[in-house]
Amino acid sequence: MRALSVQRSVPRFGAARLISTVSARSATRVGPLTLGEIDDPDQPGPGWERIDTVLSGICGSDLALADGRASAYFEDWVSFPFVPGHEVVGRRDDGSRVVIEPVLGHAARGAVPPSPEAAPADGDDYRHLVTGPLEPGIQTGFCNSTGGGWAPWFWAHESQLHAVPDELSDEAAVLVEPLAGGVHAAFSVRDALRRADLLERGPLVVGVLGAGTMGLATVAALRAHVPEADVVVGARYPHQFAIARALGAAEVVRSGDLAAAIRRRTGSHVIGRHLSSGAHCLVDAVGSSDSIAESISMTRPRGRVVLLGMPADISLDMTPLWHRETELRGCYTYGTEILDDGTAARTFSLAIDLALSSGAERLLSATYPIERHVDALAHAAEAGRRGAVKIAFDLRRGN
Amino acid sequence: MPRPGFVLDVDRSTPPMLFWHGERFSLERLPADRSRVIYPAEPLPGLADPDAAVRRALLEPLDMEPLPELLRPDMKLTICFDDASLSLPKMRRPDSRQRIIEAVLEMAAEAGVDDVHIIAALGLHRRMHDYELRHVLGDRIFDAFHPSGALYQHDAEDHENLTVLGETDHGEILEINRRVAESDLVVYANVNQVAMDGGWKSLVTGVASYRCLSHHHNPESLQNTRSLMDRHHSALHHSIWRMGAVLRDNGPKVFQVESTINNDAFPSPFDFLSKREWEWTGRDRATFLATSKVLDRTPRRLARRVFHSIEAPYAMTSVQAGFTETVHERTLEHVHAQHIVPVEGQTDILTMGIPFISPYNPESIMNPVLVMCMGLGYLFNMYRGQPLVREGGVVIMTHPTTREFHPVHHPSYIDFFDEVLADTTDPAEMSTRWERKYAEDEWYRHLYRTGNAYHGVHPFYAWYWGAHGQQWAGRVIIVGGDPATVRRLGFTPASTMDDAFELASEVVGRSPTITHLHVPSVLVADVH
Repeated sequence: MRALSVQRSVPRFGAARLISTVSARSATRVGPLTLGEIDDPDQPGPGWERIDTVLSGICGSDLALADGRASAYFEDWVSFPFVPGHEVVGRRDDGSRVVIEPVLGHAARGAVPPSPEAAPADGDDYRHLVTGPLEPGIQTGFCNSTGGGWAPWFWAHESQLHAVPDELSDEAAVLVEPLAGGVHAAFSVRDALRRADLLERGPLVVGVLGAGTMGLATVAALRAHVPEADVVVGARYPHQFAIARALGAAEVVRSGDLAAAIRRRTGSHVIGRHLSSGAHCLVDAVGSSDSIAESISMTRPRGRVVLLGMPADISLDMTPLWHRETELRGCYTYGTEILDDGTAARTFSLAIDLALSSGAERLLSATYPIERHVDALAHAAEAGRRGAVKIAFDLRRGN
Repeated sequence: MPRPGFVLDVDRSTPPMLFWHGERFSLERLPADRSRVIYPAEPLPGLADPDAAVRRALLEPLDMEPLPELLRPDMKLTICFDDASLSLPKMRRPDSRQRIIEAVLEMAAEAGVDDVHIIAALGLHRRMHDYELRHVLGDRIFDAFHPSGALYQHDAEDHENLTVLGETDHGEILEINRRVAESDLVVYANVNQVAMDGGWKSLVTGVASYRCLSHHHNPESLQNTRSLMDRHHSALHHSIWRMGAVLRDNGPKVFQVESTINNDAFPSPFDFLSKREWEWTGRDRATFLATSKVLDRTPRRLARRVFHSIEAPYAMTSVQAGFTETVHERTLEHVHAQHIVPVEGQTDILTMGIPFISPYNPESIMNPVLVMCMGLGYLFNMYRGQPLVREGGVVIMTHPTTREFHPVHHPSYIDFFDEVLADTTDPAEMSTRWERKYAEDEWYRHLYRTGNAYHGVHPFYAWYWGAHGQQWAGRVIIVGGDPATVRRLGFTPASTMDDAFELASEVVGRSPTITHLHVPSVLVADVH
């Protein structure tokens, strides 16, 4: 089939990394992502279904791979060549629509799950991600054995499939995966507030630094799952301000003014470049050296910074983290969330509900056929500047 | 003999008018046959021997005993003085306050008074820097009193050292500095630059608490203050005078010393600023051109430093001492003699150039909130009788109006601009929804008390100062301002004066009448 795939090519990764600082379009052209005929992947085993791709989003992690900025960490957790695309809404053979929970978990790899009800990303041992019948790969879209969403079809395990309600459009459904990331971040925030016994002691302030797809998904999720808190967002572009407000942010300011906005709401002092106190919890949806340092500086001592944006090599003065006893908590994908009543819920199920209630379609700004992947990736890389949020490939018939 | 202020009717031969544009200037041609320019009076002559005049005022006070008769060795004497908001620009040394306080201290020393405190009556303004105290008071006073802690600045948030003296029949609580309240005698050293200052306002605002100030520094009072320069028609001053009566009846004996200064604001080479354009000599024109060219190429920060370094050659025109109300009436006579310009009727448009300085940014940045305060607060209020512009008319200002703030002096202004003005520009609404939060913000309190920051509530007061003008004008246009910043203020941006007149025509028609208020140099239009 004709698909986009990523080859292991050190020169191409290097060239893309070099050129990406100048032009996302040129980086894509010289990078490891190519469009061409690939061998159809074999069915990995029982329980795997062929899924025809409808829409597949372009994520920051995909871009990082395409332009060579991804951390070397992933080299041992992916298998080349692979077809990217983990934000997918697709169709089963019977024509019903599904969204993919892309993590290749225990069930997909024939391993014993940590609990009978475990979601694919649950557990405290990642060995199954690189062992078993599949080639290594943390998710669909990074694994040679399964294919990915940037192709007409791919294989998905039954444990990865979530039915799409009829009332959810394709355009909203393709946002379920990033929304699930936002929901997971929101529950990380809720967990921190609950542990600190703050939920009943408002007013609470939660900051979100960055208003790209993940930042906005987090805003929507915080409104739904941490309604006790006022969400203050640091955004960069006018459309981000508007969408963040529409999704329920109490206040949206320029990213550089987020500390001042949090200071006002929390009555903190400013000590040098840090707030004396700060937000009760903060979600960093950027993931750079500067954003992490700023997040720590505006989160109250012993508060939690949820690191949602995917970082790579960063340089950070850890003294503030040490002094403030800040909890810097990674936030990868999704899994099982524990609700206030002690019951469990799959993040993806909550994300589907959120996609229905939040008008998730508004986050999808443009779609491209895979033949125009260079344009699509350039658009995604410059989404904020070009007034966009999420860019996706459209593989519906005729596209 | 200095010439009085006057009104020039603009005709085709009238040269372009000088407008301040922050740290720069522009020359704007006003439409002939329907524009007029109001010029201030030339500087009145100063007193030949100001020190002797001060001494005479202390010895021959109005409605009080001579100062030496009020002094005794075992007494608590407190001397309060106006802060850095006066004068503008700062006057050359020796400052009038130095002359007054040195004379008072000499008499106190002769009387054997040991317990003397000197307090900067800054209200909710920022604390003065040491170099500012030294400039205002002189080296002798600073060196003698500052190291021992006997020279200090009023702290409106030091609640242990505030005390309530009583309440007016309007329910206004007079809460002032405890040392002042418990003194046997309070001497107030004032420098009166405009009619708004002085009288009971000196102590009732200068050493008061936020709670006390909020009785008159509020939207309702300021909207009914018509004008700030006419205390008999000012709700603000009515409230202050009621509090003054409480102070008179329940507080310490107050010996008020008020001094007035003339209009001589700018030394050479900036003296062309005070001249009338058609009287500019070749040298004035050359100086203007050279200065303008240099300023156009000078980074704004550097230009700001140059302007704030100016020391005005003001001369003292009068000094009077004694009972506050009697003294102040005499002071107003002298102030009006310098400032009042008779003007017939109103016009559709009022134009004004906004300079680099206002009472709330000495040695600092004229931020956007202060542009509003200076334009609609101070300059709009330079009238008696009725405003220079008709109700529903247009006010046009010239100023760069960038989103630039002094982080040390104006921290709460930054948040006010970002948060409050994003919500509302209506003084009443912001008073209800936001004022208390800013007034009680602990960080602002900390910076006001320990640094050099204006009180957290101060941007509200600056905004309320323009409440009357804001309510009166049908549109406010800023020429040459940053459009986004101007819009945040609720005003209309224009790139040129012609554009501004075009925009104004939507409100006042195609052939409006125009008044240009010629600043610098202070004037108060007596509008009939």
